[in-house]
Formats: sequence, C-alpha cells, structure tokens
Amino acid sequence: MNMKQFPVICRHLGKSYQQGKITIPALVDINLEIHKGDFVCFSGPSGSGKTTLLNLIGGLDTPSSGEISLDAQRLDKMNKSALANLRLHKIGFVFQAYNLIPVLSAQENVEFVMQLQGLNSARRAIKARAILKEVGLEGLEKRRPGDLSGGQQQRVAVARAIVSAPSLILADEPTANLDSHTAETLMQLLHTMNEEHGITFLFSTHDKLVMDYSKRLIKLRDGRIQSDETQ
Amino acid sequence: MKLLIILAWRNLWRYPRRTSIILIAIAIGIWSMLSMSAFIRGMMEQHVNDTISNFVGHISIHAPGYRDDPVIDHSMPQPNEHLLHLLNEKVWAARVRVPAVVSSERETMGVTLLGIAPAQEQALSFIADAVTDGRYLNNVEDKGIILGRKLVERLETGLGKRVVLGSQNHSNEIVERGFRVVGIFDSKTENIETQFVFVGRHIAQKMLQMQDNISELALLSKDRNELENLLQKLRATSPDLDIQTWQTIAPLARVIVNVFEGFLFIWYFVVFIAIAFGLVNTLLMAVFERTREIGLFQALGMKPHWIVGQVLFESLFLLAIGLVVGNLMTWVTLILTAEGLDFSRYAAGYEMAGLSSLIYMVLNMSDILTANMLIIGLGLLASLYPAWRATRYVPVEAITRT
Repeated sequence: MNMKQFPVICRHLGKSYQQGKITIPALVDINLEIHKGDFVCFSGPSGSGKTTLLNLIGGLDTPSSGEISLDAQRLDKMNKSALANLRLHKIGFVFQAYNLIPVLSAQENVEFVMQLQGLNSARRAIKARAILKEVGLEGLEKRRPGDLSGGQQQRVAVARAIVSAPSLILADEPTANLDSHTAETLMQLLHTMNEEHGITFLFSTHDKLVMDYSKRLIKLRDGRIQSDETQ
Repeated sequence: MKLLIILAWRNLWRYPRRTSIILIAIAIGIWSMLSMSAFIRGMMEQHVNDTISNFVGHISIHAPGYRDDPVIDHSMPQPNEHLLHLLNEKVWAARVRVPAVVSSERETMGVTLLGIAPAQEQALSFIADAVTDGRYLNNVEDKGIILGRKLVERLETGLGKRVVLGSQNHSNEIVERGFRVVGIFDSKTENIETQFVFVGRHIAQKMLQMQDNISELALLSKDRNELENLLQKLRATSPDLDIQTWQTIAPLARVIVNVFEGFLFIWYFVVFIAIAFGLVNTLLMAVFERTREIGLFQALGMKPHWIVGQVLFESLFLLAIGLVVGNLMTWVTLILTAEGLDFSRYAAGYEMAGLSSLIYMVLNMSDILTANMLIIGLGLLASLYPAWRATRYVPVEAITRT
C-alpha cells in the first residue's frame, strides 16, 4: 500500500468518554482510508461521532484505542508539541463558529499560521492578500472579524486554512451558521480549491448542500460507519 | 516573537476597564513602595546626618579607654604629622570632651563640656549654625560659654549671666572656672540642648590643666561609602589610637537604620503580595475568558511555550506600563515634597525617637531599581501559573467551550 496515496488511515479506531462511572463510546472500530485529493463528507445524526472523528484525524483529540496516521505519521503516538507541529504544517481547520482571532485583521488572521511557520513578512503579506482576493475578500484585508459578516468571516477562515497549502483541510459544519446563498458560494469556493489545488477536504455536516458537493459520503451512526459511498 | 507581542498588546486592551484597574493597582503599588522608601530613607539619612553632626563625625579618634570612661586621663596628644597628612583635605576638628557640672546661682546640672576650635567645627557639626541668641565662639581663646536653650531654662540663667563650670583634672581634683553666657543654641532634640556646653578649646585645656592634649578628633569624609578604606589607613598610621566609624560610636543610629531597612523589606513584600494577587487574578481571568481562543491557537499549531510567551508578554506589558506610571507618580511626589514633610504636630514623638519632625524624602537609584526589578521579576514569576494553565487545555475541549 502506498501510504502517500492515503493521507489519512484509521485502523480499529475507538474513542470513548467517561461520564462518572459510565463509559460512553463515541467511536467504535473505525477503519478508514482517505485518498489524496478526496472531498469527503462525514454525515449522520447528532452524537453519531462525525465531529469526534474529525477531531481525532486533526490531532485535536487522542483516541482511546486503535491507530490513526496522517502522511504515514502515527498521531496516536505523538506528544502535545509534535501534534501541534503536525497541525501547523499539514492540516488546515475550518470551524463551524468561524473561530477567527478577534484582535487581528482579516489579513493578519490569514497570516497567522504562516507566521507560526516562520515565513518572512513580505512573503506572508503577498500570499495572504492573494488568497483573500481568491476568496473574494479583496479590499477587506484590514477589517477585524467583528467588522465582517458571517459569510466573510468563514471565507477568512477558509483562506487561513488553505493559504499554507496543507495536506488536509478539516471543516466541521462549515455552513451551519451561513444562509443558503453564502453556504453555496463557500462550497463552490472549497470545491474549486479541491479541484485546482488538489487539497484533500474532510467535512462533518448535517447540511444536504455539503453532502451534494462531496465526492465521497461516509455515514456514521452510533459511532460506527454505516455506509461509505463514492458519488 | 513579533506575533506574540502584537497579540499580547492588543489582548491587553480588549477589556480596557479591567486592564486600567490592574494598571492603577500596579502604579499605586510601585508608588507606595518608592514613596515609603523615600520617606524612610529620608528619615534614616536625616537621623544619620544628625548623629554625625552631633559631634560624632564619620570617624572619631580617641585615646584607648576613652569610649568606656570619657575622662581627662584618657586624653591624647594633638595629631602627629603622619595623621595630619591623612587628614589633609578632610574636614576635621580636635576637641576636649569631658563630663562636667555647670552651676548657676540657682541650679546645678551635669553636662558634657566641649572645648572646641570654633572655625573647625563650622563645617563639621551643627553648633555654628545653631546659636540663635547671642553669638558663636570667636576662637579657641574665647572666654565665653554657649549653652542650650533648655539648659538655660533649667539653670534659670540667661544671656550675659555668669555660670560656673566644674570638672576633674589629672589629679582627680575639682577644677572650676566661671564663664559668661555669650550664646544660646537651639537643637532639633531637647537632650542635645541639655547635654552639651561649649567653650574655647584652649580655655578648656587650661582649666583642666591638660596642656595641648585633646579628648577626641572627629572627621568628615567626602563619601560615606569610602569610610572603611579611610578607617584602615588611619588605623595603620596610628595603631595605638582607638579609631572608629560612626556606626560604632553611635550604635543606636546603626540599629535604627537596620530597623528601617527591615521595615522597608516587609513593606515591599506586603505591596508585592497585593500586586501579585491582582496580577494573577487578572491574567487568570484573561486566560479563562479566552479559553476558546487559546484552543484555536493550539488547533492552528501554536506550541505550548508560545502560549506561555504570549501570557508572559501580556503580564510584562501590564507590569511595565504600571511601573512607568508609578515611577512618574513618585517623581511628582518628590517634587511636591521637596520642601520637606512637616510632622511638627507629632514633634514630641519624633524627638523621642531622636528624629526631626521635618522629613526630606530621599530616593536612591538602588531603591528604584530594587522595587522595579522586584515587581517585574516576581510579577513575571507569578504570571507563570496562569500561563501554565493556558497550556494545559485540551484543544478539542477548549475550542468547543462556550
């Protein structure tokens, strides 16, 4: 198996939470391979484990059992600092609640990850302005999140996620707080990014629109994979 | 680094009211540390200077045994040329100083007789400027006597009247001489006015039949910090004499200085504890309020030590601004109190402690540096706890916290 073709591999992955004396399984025996350039959507009802799976793949949480690897690196074996390094260089995040840094302007938010990566300011500025233009936010570079609409904020978050060309972008309910028109525009943008830049996207969503855009739809129920269909 | 600085600075002003309150607390803290330091340092300096000018000097030279039994038998010759060479360019005075009794027609009081060279004393002790009635002594041959105001009251005598001064000579015989009161001096403390009487040195030597011998030699150095060096040189030149600094001659002054310094240390500690609680509370609040944001930083790949750095920068900015404001407040306070703080309402209490009721604030550079470094250093140390707390978040929990 060529690991490079499968940026994400999960083997017998499990995650459970302790609530008092009760153990609640969130994910049970997940086996999964994500192809490079995939546009995958995890769907399912609330509590099905889709966000938990996304968090485990993104190294934001640690599994209770099983293995998970990203670009042939075992996430379940990494310490906090190594996980932070991996997230910094290989993963982009788009969250449901935009999650921009309120004290930084749109451009500074986009530059944030590049700054952590140690890029010089001139290159950062050029790349940030270019990507903001690409997501349709030219002229709004100096605005802080509080001065942008929800859709604009989510586009800034997308720009931040893709600007340093990560292997993988994880988007948790990216359209949940957007109106249908803005959601459509955002999905078109992400689809174009996937098509043009070959970036691998993983979504978790309830939204039919996002499911329609996906190339592969994985349905989860009670922490298990119910179906895995290529569309 | 630049990113951390920008984030820390902008985060500081997200909650201007809270930031302002802690800034005011830090500023008042450093102001109180420095002002109290300047006040106490002023009292200490004044007390030490008063002690030195009350016929102690920076260094006193006596014959062996004089300090235990200050009588005429423990007198010494005038300084030899080796000693004079070392005393060159220093302010010094040779004195006769023995216990005596002074009698008016109504009262008799025990006093310390000081036979002085009036010109030499002018730069060394307070007496030349303290004569408020009558005149100062003209020279070592002056036949007049100067008494303190309180002593004049107790003797029920006055300017122009005659008093009799009595003491013992080398043969333990009582020798007496009559003097006309030519001057009355005032002092900051009452016991100085009742303790000392002043006559010309040659007249005292003649009265006590001690030829040209003296009881003590006191000197002032330009720099109080170089006394130890000078002391060693003097002792090497005159090993047969008892040569001591003011700390030994006036141990009470040294004890008071030590007590004041101990009090300052306690004050610094108390103020710092108050500031530290405010600072840690503010930073903890800032960290808790930004849990989601810190989770986001972690999710985006910010390493734990960068998060610590951001919180510490925020703390550093708070401390630095607070210190600048506090130092400026202290500077203004020093300007406003340049004429001295008048505590004459409590003069009796101050006198009991041997202090003047007019206090001039004195701020040393070392006090400024100590207080500022203490606040910055310990403040950053205290900030490590909230910073450490910030790194303990699990990203997925932090980012979903509402």
